[in-house]
Amino acid sequence: MKPISQRLNDIPASGIRRFFDLILNTPDVISLGVGEPDFVTPWHIREAGIKALEDGRTSYTSNWGLIELRELISESVKCDCNVDYDMHGEVLVTSGVSEALDIAMRVLLDPGDEVIVIEPCYVSYKPCIILAYGKPVVVPTESSNEFKPTVEDIKSKITEKTKALILGYPNNPTGAILSKKELEEIADIANEHDLFVVSDEIYSRLTYNGKHTCFSSLDGMRERTILLNGFSKSYAMTGWRIGYACGNRDVIEAMMKIHQYTMLCAPIQSQLAACEALRNGEDACTEMVDEYNRRRRLMVAGLEEAGLECFNPRGAFYTFPSIEASGLNSTEFAERLFNEKKVAVVPGEVFGECGKGFVRCAYAVSVDDIREAMTRIREFMEELD
Amino acid sequence: MMDVLDILEKNARTPTEEIAKMVGRSVEEVEALIKQLEEEGIIHKYKTMIDWEKAGQEYVYALIEISINLEEGEGYDVVAKRIAEFPEVRSVRLVSGSYDLSVVVRGRTLKDVAYFVEDKIATIHNVQRTVTHFSLKMYKDEGEIVYQRDGGGRLAVSL
Repeated sequence: MKPISQRLNDIPASGIRRFFDLILNTPDVISLGVGEPDFVTPWHIREAGIKALEDGRTSYTSNWGLIELRELISESVKCDCNVDYDMHGEVLVTSGVSEALDIAMRVLLDPGDEVIVIEPCYVSYKPCIILAYGKPVVVPTESSNEFKPTVEDIKSKITEKTKALILGYPNNPTGAILSKKELEEIADIANEHDLFVVSDEIYSRLTYNGKHTCFSSLDGMRERTILLNGFSKSYAMTGWRIGYACGNRDVIEAMMKIHQYTMLCAPIQSQLAACEALRNGEDACTEMVDEYNRRRRLMVAGLEEAGLECFNPRGAFYTFPSIEASGLNSTEFAERLFNEKKVAVVPGEVFGECGKGFVRCAYAVSVDDIREAMTRIREFMEELD
Repeated sequence: MMDVLDILEKNARTPTEEIAKMVGRSVEEVEALIKQLEEEGIIHKYKTMIDWEKAGQEYVYALIEISINLEEGEGYDVVAKRIAEFPEVRSVRLVSGSYDLSVVVRGRTLKDVAYFVEDKIATIHNVQRTVTHFSLKMYKDEGEIVYQRDGGGRLAVSL
């Protein structure tokens, strides 16, 4: 048999998979390894989905997405970010940000084009670049700089082939955010080197110290930016697979070309539920953010009591403590913590080489589970000596 | 303050140290705040939700609609307060609509409750009419779902 595409060899099958399978198959584990809200979708939004089915809304929609949803997205982006996107041609409804990220890469890249990725970051960025025949170029960050990239570090990685930069803030896995000023510095680089910026702002509503700054709202960035966002995290709608991309007409039109021949459209029930989320979901979203904020503080305090130094996360729902004090590497730490205390965390290197020495703990779990997990981690650390 | 109230409303037994961590203030500050809230009556009381059925103690609940004949110089307060004094009465609300007071009564048996309404409520001078609805099954109380819900079905790991 002839081999499958060479390109896939460039995407390593995660070595950690076996460990994850073990976690998935072990009952009674407290898992801090989950990258999604523990809330179920608010009932009024679920009802909108149910009603969609009851009303027989089971057809395709426009490839762009329902006009009413695009209108609501356009309004909400205007209101939250102060950027105008025309619902006709500048907003594309996708099956989650994952799809939007994939087609954004395919639209931007020709073989050999380089894309700057700031690590630690969400696991899909690099594979999506590679699948689009591009080459990821990594800018590592450090906890001493709050996991923020420096201008020098980014500039040092730019070559003639650099086409784009992916930003993922608030960040999974570190919880880092970038201030307006820091984003402006990146905007300057984008201008200077004529780069596209793909800004994955899926956690934009989950910030705990001040409001998130939308990258495309910065001076001159609207044309360069592909803004990606969705409903999964703000409205606890991960399984609905619904997101969107906003950008300049040419880019979104090109993304639409791929979308219409591959996904065709996002599921109509999810689109109708998303309409309800944008119309009436504000209170539920605020309530969830308040709750995450409490859990965030509780977990950071708990980790520190356990002797794990922890960067104070300012967005998303993850902590990214250093496990240096344990004397173990991240994988050993995660495996032993799982085997000895039945607490699951994700080794930091899953999110990039510079994540070594850290683990990701999600606080999208109940207060009771956080309390118990922190007790077990403290015991684990004490027993290590 | 709202943060602390929110936490206590969900779980009155949340340790003060934990509340302090969650709201990002010192234990002393939170202790003082809770004391103040108690003194001001903003925190009215701490109680426990009990599944009495599981504990082997069955209760019968009934919702009683009460229509009242107001007399000159007498408001609903007088009657409502008289009704509220009975320990069998779990809640009393003045409501808008086709009747006036909505009262929840708890008793050991159906007979208990029926007798109580007949003997103690219906006989009150201004009570014109009562309609008794016996409760058959509880689904949600005090904002808490009391039936067993299926888990969310989240995977134990996702990135």
